[in-house]
Amino acid sequence: MEKRCLDSGVKGVSTGTTILAAIFDGGVVIGSDSRASIGGEYVSSKTINKVIQVHDQIFCCMAGSLADAQAVTKAAKFHLSLHSIQMETPPLVISAASVLKDLCYKNKEELQAGFITAGWDTKKGPQVYVVSLGGMLHSQPVTIGGSGSTYIYGYVDAKYKPKMSREECLQFATNALALAMGRDNVSGGVAHLVVITETGVEHVVVPGNKLPKFHDE
Amino acid sequence: MALSNLLEIPAAGFNFDNATRNAALEGLFEGQKPKPMKTGTTIAGVVFKDGVILAADTRATSGEVVADKMCDKIHYIAPNIYCCGAGTAADTGKTTDLVASNLAIFSLNSGRNPRVIMAVNILQDMLYRYRGQIGANLILGGVDCTGNHLYTVGPYGSVNTMPYLSMGSGDLAALGILEDGFKPNMELEEAKQLVRVAIHAGIMSDLGSGHNIDICVITRQGVDHNRPYQESEYKDNRKVNYRYRPGTTTILTEKVVPLKLELVQETVQQMETA
Repeated sequence: MEKRCLDSGVKGVSTGTTILAAIFDGGVVIGSDSRASIGGEYVSSKTINKVIQVHDQIFCCMAGSLADAQAVTKAAKFHLSLHSIQMETPPLVISAASVLKDLCYKNKEELQAGFITAGWDTKKGPQVYVVSLGGMLHSQPVTIGGSGSTYIYGYVDAKYKPKMSREECLQFATNALALAMGRDNVSGGVAHLVVITETGVEHVVVPGNKLPKFHDE
Repeated sequence: MALSNLLEIPAAGFNFDNATRNAALEGLFEGQKPKPMKTGTTIAGVVFKDGVILAADTRATSGEVVADKMCDKIHYIAPNIYCCGAGTAADTGKTTDLVASNLAIFSLNSGRNPRVIMAVNILQDMLYRYRGQIGANLILGGVDCTGNHLYTVGPYGSVNTMPYLSMGSGDLAALGILEDGFKPNMELEEAKQLVRVAIHAGIMSDLGSGHNIDICVITRQGVDHNRPYQESEYKDNRKVNYRYRPGTTTILTEKVVPLKLELVQETVQQMETA
């Protein structure tokens, strides 16, 4: 296994990936592809789960080194759980994002992981936060990340509208993921989407062969 | 949001990252540094209707030499959890022993049977803390109150779960067989046949894997650890016992030098038995 390797900067398994999140009218959609690779040469898993539930109505998507991202989200889950027990109330989405940011910023030398956090809370409703590699925290209505995101900036800029309906937003997210997976070699597999609203959480999985096809396919 | 770990073009020329480390090691061993024993290996696991089957080959290599022909790569973790290990033999053995001890103490303290996910979490935390220095690529399988589970833990601490998995240098050969032949809810014999063929593919196609195939079937009823499940058809007929009785070599001369010892200090400590 040592033969396959370390040309990319990430040691071990990497989620060279496409992740995104977008706010619609009444909730937020967060989604990712499902491919994990080693050195960008070999697909080590076709069905890896990159959308992790850190609390009842808060999810986050991981990008970068799989080991680092899994370790950080585990720590974040623990901190959030403790925080919500102490506060006797569900945590705010910004708290979840801050926990991730703190971990990424304080350990920026050792870690190679970035996140998109999305969720719903009673104070501000649906929100999306992005925590980048070095630990920057920023709130945006729509955000994309991972190596596959470069191929869909144009699409997202052109097609995103605030206050879309749930169906429109789901279609937008599916299209965006499909376009990115079609062009980026380290993104692929199935599209995992999670819709978070005031009432709850819904998982939508679109298998690779059911993804929308575009003119060149 | 642009992540800086986008597609990186590998730098041209040679990579000297390990040069200083190797130089230091060379100094310690006068140029003959020992090669670690690796289980260049094929290990596989499959979830079937009633439980989990783990399988492994039995070759351990040290450089280009086969160091052990009957290496046991299926390690005990708990009565209902076993673990196949690929990578550095010492690392996989020691790490699995540590987890087995931890889980035994946990069982005694809590009065509960250990769960596979607990072993996975402990391994993940430990391997992540060591940042890839522990070369252990593990496949954990077991049956507990929550069902039949199969997980893989990588040396950097990444975890993945699938109904069929393979690791080691022969993993791609075995994975081809598993991808083709796997069906959900297989019967025991079907599943045994599938892993047997998968490991066999690894043995045939990979130089680091060879010899016998061991399997371990874990179900609610118990564990069946078959060592060897299938023996290699390439056997040699050498005697393995090279013991020589005393007197085989003639003693030509004998020289006895008594050691002169001088009593420097004497202390007496009385033992209290009251």
